[in-house]
Amino acid sequence: MAHDSGTRTLISQAQLRRGRGRATYWMLLAVVIIGFTLVFLGPLYWMVTGALKSGQEIAQTPPSLFPQDPQWQNYADAWNNLDLAKLLFNTFYYAAGAVLFQLVFDTAAAYSLSKLRPVFGNVILGMMLATLMIPAMVLIVPQYVTVIDLPILHINLLDSPFAIWLPLVANAFNIFLLKRFFDSIPEDLMAAALMDGATPLRTLWSIVLPMSRPILGVVSIFAVTAVWKDFLWPKLVMPSPETRTVSVGIYAFAGGTPMNVVIAASVIAAIPTVVIFLIFQRNIMSGLTTGGLKG
Amino acid sequence: MAITTVPGAGRAPGRPAPSSPAGPPRTSLGRKVRDNLTGHTFLIGAVLCFAVFSWYPMVRGVVMSFQRTRRGETTWVGWDNYLRILDDPSFWTAWKNTFYFTALALVLGYAVPFFVAILLNEFRHAQGYLRILVYLPVMLPPASALFLFKFYAYDPSDAGLFNAILKSLGLPTSQWMQSPEMTMPAMVIASTWMNMGGAVLIYLASLQNIPGELYEAAELDGAGVWRRIRHVTIPQTRLILALLAMLQIVATMQLFIEPLILANGAGAEDSATSVAYLIYQHGFFQNDLNGAAALGVIMLVVLAGFSAVYLRLTAKQD
Repeated sequence: MAHDSGTRTLISQAQLRRGRGRATYWMLLAVVIIGFTLVFLGPLYWMVTGALKSGQEIAQTPPSLFPQDPQWQNYADAWNNLDLAKLLFNTFYYAAGAVLFQLVFDTAAAYSLSKLRPVFGNVILGMMLATLMIPAMVLIVPQYVTVIDLPILHINLLDSPFAIWLPLVANAFNIFLLKRFFDSIPEDLMAAALMDGATPLRTLWSIVLPMSRPILGVVSIFAVTAVWKDFLWPKLVMPSPETRTVSVGIYAFAGGTPMNVVIAASVIAAIPTVVIFLIFQRNIMSGLTTGGLKG
Repeated sequence: MAITTVPGAGRAPGRPAPSSPAGPPRTSLGRKVRDNLTGHTFLIGAVLCFAVFSWYPMVRGVVMSFQRTRRGETTWVGWDNYLRILDDPSFWTAWKNTFYFTALALVLGYAVPFFVAILLNEFRHAQGYLRILVYLPVMLPPASALFLFKFYAYDPSDAGLFNAILKSLGLPTSQWMQSPEMTMPAMVIASTWMNMGGAVLIYLASLQNIPGELYEAAELDGAGVWRRIRHVTIPQTRLILALLAMLQIVATMQLFIEPLILANGAGAEDSATSVAYLIYQHGFFQNDLNGAAALGVIMLVVLAGFSAVYLRLTAKQD
């Protein structure tokens, strides 16, 4: 992220410093800052304040910029009528479990593929990466059928959090990300640990994991947002009102609930991921851009 | 595992050779088996999850598409499910809509992030802020973002946000989701707003890898801004452009939540029905899981076709 290091881009620095170039630069920057704020932040403002308007005020033309008589009741109604506390708790619970399962299983797998290199490791990695080519929608039906009657065990996972946690472990992108990171840990370190008599598990725990905090953070954040953003899968495997996620719950209520209340609920549902993003945006962005996608 | 380095000898420059495969011949068979066992033990959790929730369903989807289950009894029915799916009056509409969405999304959702990234890359100020802004919608749950569009932006009365803007500019207002012609463009706008952040960041990362000397040389040769983009920026980011085009096609072909929420499913005059929505309809409303599986296989074949074309095109360029 060397955007301020003065590397040359499309337009040369010299040109930007000269009179006309400089004026153009600042004008363009101002236009872009204002434009982007309106386009990307504007709708969020509209959402938060719109949920404060009365039904009457929403229907008026032209729309008002500030709610004239803020109806905090809309947020309270959303919270109570939709049982948002329960929905948010469910979603949080699924997200936490997803982080745990992905960290344990995907880290162990990536460590094995990167450092232990058992026979057929590359074949397994290839088969994992191949799943990246299969669109989720194609698998939705057979996956659903598998979850309602697990092969061999014949267990029905509907309404069980495992129906969300376990399929998320099968995430080739995570394993690829982790393996690439582990690959960059020097082999000498591993050999030294071995010399000291450390078992592979001990080496993973005491050497590899502490060095991998940034990537583990990225994987965790991705796991949380994946659960928070997913819609169709939780809708299918969590059919009971008590086990729903927040997005599915809002959708289920949208038909018979006043629009302001639905929007208020949508705002509340969006707060956790937005807050996570604002706190961890640096990690998320570096995770995205080091994710093996350099051209 | 073989030990190839002496501890304390200092770090070898570059990457040391992998220590396990070509160990000294002394390594006993028992030891090898044990090392492999350890490796596979670490793999087992993830492999089981892949097997049960990914590899097995892949095979099962194909098998299911040739079967029919009635009252707990499963029989082979050959191509029956495929024929029934093809007979669905919505089948071709769904494909037409899906392709239309994909095409529109390529024009808008694919080109826009690239130019946004080029623009952002030029700025020496406020870049962090602008990046956060662009990525912010990606973090919203899609259901939240789509309700926002549905109720506020695409309100067909003059009180709707978009209509209010159009009106204040003296332009004709639109019925948005209520008008079959506007359904797709409206869904593409919402979808682009929600999703473009990721592509912008990936483009930005690859733009920063372009050596500045290339622009320098192009400028000395008298190339203007547009020609510098055409002859330096685009060729230098060619791989990432091609990769994201592929990902974008695969992602947009799975159009589902936009029709479900914005258009309540099929939309005005079936203008929003997508292939993915049809899979959902067959599988979970008409209780026709086998038909839905067949449609899934058709979708897979079509997307594999895209991938094959893509691989050929990119292979030719190299």
